[in-house]
Amino acid sequence: TTVWSGFLRLCFVFGLSFLALTGLLLVQLANAAKNFEDVRCKCICPPYKEHSGYIYNKNITQKDCNCLHVVEPMPVPGPDVEAYCLRCECKYEERSSVTIKITIIIYLSILGLLLLYMVYLTFVEPILKRRLFGHSQLIQSDDDVGDHQPFANAHDVLARSRSRANVLNKVEYAQQRWKLQVQEQRKSVFDRHVVLS
Amino acid sequence: MVNAGEMNGSGNLMDFLDEPFPDVGTYEDFHTIDWLREKSRDTDRHRKITSKSKESIWEFIKSLLDAWSGWVVMLLIGLLAGTLAGVIDLAVDWMTDLKEGVCLSAFWYSHEQCCWTSNETTFEDRDKCPLWQKWSELLVNQSEGASAYILNYFLYILWALSFAFLAVSLVRVFAPYACGSGIPEIKTILSGFIIRGYLGKWTLLIKTVTLVLVVSSGLSLGKEGPLVHVACCCGNFFSSLFSKYSKNEGKRREVLSAAAAAGVSVAFGAPIGGVLFSLEEVSYYFPLKTLWRSFFAALVAAFTLRSINPFGNSRLVLFYVEYHTPWYMAELFPFILLGVFGGLWGTLFIRCNIAWCRRRKTTQLGKYPVLEVIVVTAITAIIAYPNPYTRQSTSELISELFNDCGALESSQLCDYINDPNMTRPVDDIPDRPAGPGVYTAMWQLALALIFKIIITIFTFGMKIPSGLFIPSMAVGAMAGRMVGVGVEQLAYHHHDWIIFRNWCRPGADCVTPGLYAMVGAAACLGGVTRMTVSLVVIMFELTGGLEYIVPLMAAAVTSKWVADAFGKEGIYEAHIHLNGYPFLDVKDEFTHRTLATDVMRPRRGEPPLSVLTQDSMTVEDVETLIKETDYNGFPVVVSKDSERLIGFAQRRELILAIKNARQRQDGIVSNSIMYFTEEPPGLPANSPHPLKLRRILNLSPFTVTDHTPMETVVDIFRKLGLRQCLVTRSGRLLGIITKKDVLRHMAQMANQDPESIMFN
Repeated sequence: TTVWSGFLRLCFVFGLSFLALTGLLLVQLANAAKNFEDVRCKCICPPYKEHSGYIYNKNITQKDCNCLHVVEPMPVPGPDVEAYCLRCECKYEERSSVTIKITIIIYLSILGLLLLYMVYLTFVEPILKRRLFGHSQLIQSDDDVGDHQPFANAHDVLARSRSRANVLNKVEYAQQRWKLQVQEQRKSVFDRHVVLS
Repeated sequence: MVNAGEMNGSGNLMDFLDEPFPDVGTYEDFHTIDWLREKSRDTDRHRKITSKSKESIWEFIKSLLDAWSGWVVMLLIGLLAGTLAGVIDLAVDWMTDLKEGVCLSAFWYSHEQCCWTSNETTFEDRDKCPLWQKWSELLVNQSEGASAYILNYFLYILWALSFAFLAVSLVRVFAPYACGSGIPEIKTILSGFIIRGYLGKWTLLIKTVTLVLVVSSGLSLGKEGPLVHVACCCGNFFSSLFSKYSKNEGKRREVLSAAAAAGVSVAFGAPIGGVLFSLEEVSYYFPLKTLWRSFFAALVAAFTLRSINPFGNSRLVLFYVEYHTPWYMAELFPFILLGVFGGLWGTLFIRCNIAWCRRRKTTQLGKYPVLEVIVVTAITAIIAYPNPYTRQSTSELISELFNDCGALESSQLCDYINDPNMTRPVDDIPDRPAGPGVYTAMWQLALALIFKIIITIFTFGMKIPSGLFIPSMAVGAMAGRMVGVGVEQLAYHHHDWIIFRNWCRPGADCVTPGLYAMVGAAACLGGVTRMTVSLVVIMFELTGGLEYIVPLMAAAVTSKWVADAFGKEGIYEAHIHLNGYPFLDVKDEFTHRTLATDVMRPRRGEPPLSVLTQDSMTVEDVETLIKETDYNGFPVVVSKDSERLIGFAQRRELILAIKNARQRQDGIVSNSIMYFTEEPPGLPANSPHPLKLRRILNLSPFTVTDHTPMETVVDIFRKLGLRQCLVTRSGRLLGIITKKDVLRHMAQMANQDPESIMFN
């Protein structure tokens, strides 16, 4: 089965890189099909004689991003235009509003999911387990006495779920193993201060 | 633990849920790898593939794929690191502004993005627009006045506290390894130490998510160090997809070195600086092949970040500057002064921070991590809000300090007094006296400087992801800008002084305070981390020009000299010492005249060395020996009388081999003789089946004689990455020196506490 698993891994890697490149391409496409408002040339003109300072925006190509094309209507008469434009600073700016929107929404959803999972693990799961297995079967291991941290009863759940081998139990088994690992890490970092102090 | 052998059902996709079966050749947690063995295993693997590639086309293709897999891994690391950095930048931008207000048209826009399309921005109020409202405007419909100020203040503190609390809870519940900077632990991992789970997927996810929360909460920390950790987690993830890297710890560390370079590259927009940082600060062994691949990974990461374009101007970093005003030789004197300041601040910071972290480690303070984070955040938010320079995010502060005053700058720092009769454009006039705005800015900056110096000491090292590049640069930039404005005003008021006469005529534009800020930032960063070349390269990649190399180098060199005069260690080495990691620094020099016989174990008065004999011990004897001692390995000698050395056997492999033999082989009982020779020893007829363990024996352990100077022994350990070394005299085994013994001896020679070395 090693050939099969090696082949599977190869396919997985190629699929992943293909996905990454597609994602990059999509980002580029999204940038190309930009929002009308996402590209602009911004000219800031300071006060001149009796005219106050003003900011001009215009959607224009980078080549034409200078004072003469952007400042409309020109507030000063003809001979003064050059002096006025010398003071102005024009900058070409672009952004991708689609990228910002997608990123923030994805980030908030991941944060929300993590928050929900954390609330579930800290508050809901101990109550559920207590109801399912009854007070008598809740064996606390020695170093968890008085320990109100999550995953406190991972040991006994691990022992119980070794019997069946279907997918759901595999997932639960992996989850319990992960909880044990996190508990070990928490002991090293927070309690014994061995690592990362 | 649990034997997962019976769980091997069908379906390889589900295999990742099973517990990995520990086979011969893997290492235990918190142990050091054997570099020589990893290297020889990789050579074997390569030779096997090369010889098989001549057999068929499919094997040839497989050998090509194996050769390219290194580059594919680098590409993937660059893509993922760049993407994550872009996501972090965008999210931080938004959440930092969330503390002060919200955009009404689309809630996912930060302040700058919200006002981007607005037509109502005026020249005087360039930052305001009606679409983005502060919380006081939204809640009570007032934007000025005392009640609005207090409401904004209160909500700022509330948001900061909730972000910090959320971050520390996530770290505590899901991934405790995600706290801290990460660079000291990555340095140790790259030198051969194993910390399982430190570069795992959950650590990656939690570190990314909480980094955004923590930077947005206004705490005095940066994101560069954690970005290196995030990039190394990506490197670990992708290298576990290829057996070439997943099965060989030595090759995996090459990938991690390159990933660290990609991390710094996206943090500063400096690919070359990233590679040099990985070479100088993080990596232990850095072969030339890794140099080219690191550069590739750093470039891919920078390119990915650029295409995400988080700051809207195709810049990679918020504080990228683009001016090229010249500097003058006479300005080297204030630059060197800034270097001295940087060195002094670095020493002060390292000493205070280590003392505080030690207190956190040993006293009651360490029992309340969540409370500590909340208290520090509350103090930071309460003191930071009134001062406009600490209220904004530190990256924006650095950007403002680095920038030269021009037409587009409306900040207080550019409030110079203008002569109303001037015909030139207003903000372009050099050589003006400072207006009241500049004086206000100066004392506000001074207060901000003192505050940042004090609060960063308590912030770095808390149980949240925290970096210190940005706070150090902020401290240096504030000091530099104040010195720069001081020199500028001095030059304006005293053009006739001898130091200014030659180069600073009246009406000439001679002093650029932004440059002083840059030099100050470089000096402080160098004083804390003791970076040399990589610092200068990062700074000049940030400024986009080679004009300022000489001032940057002068400041970096001065700060390193001044800081080294007080202590040899940078902040990362100091944290490695604090944690007791077994890190044998390549920069330390061992100049004492001790011999191997002074360091080896057993010393006089200690019980004799636990050895195995080549064919006279039973399985039960060996099991008893393993149970009674906790050594990582045992030397194998010919017999107890003639202690001639045969080889070395690792403890873990002995345990696994005995367990395998008891389960799989027939006739192995507790009385079976264990032999390490080629042929089984002559045994009487009815004795149980002997157990051959020659395959786990290392026949070429490193040996030195008892009169070898320790200087040479330390060099051997450092250059070859050994874990232990045997000491012999005329072929007879005398004792053993482990890496822990070497580190303890070095600590003893340097008058430090040898008991602080904790790990093997």
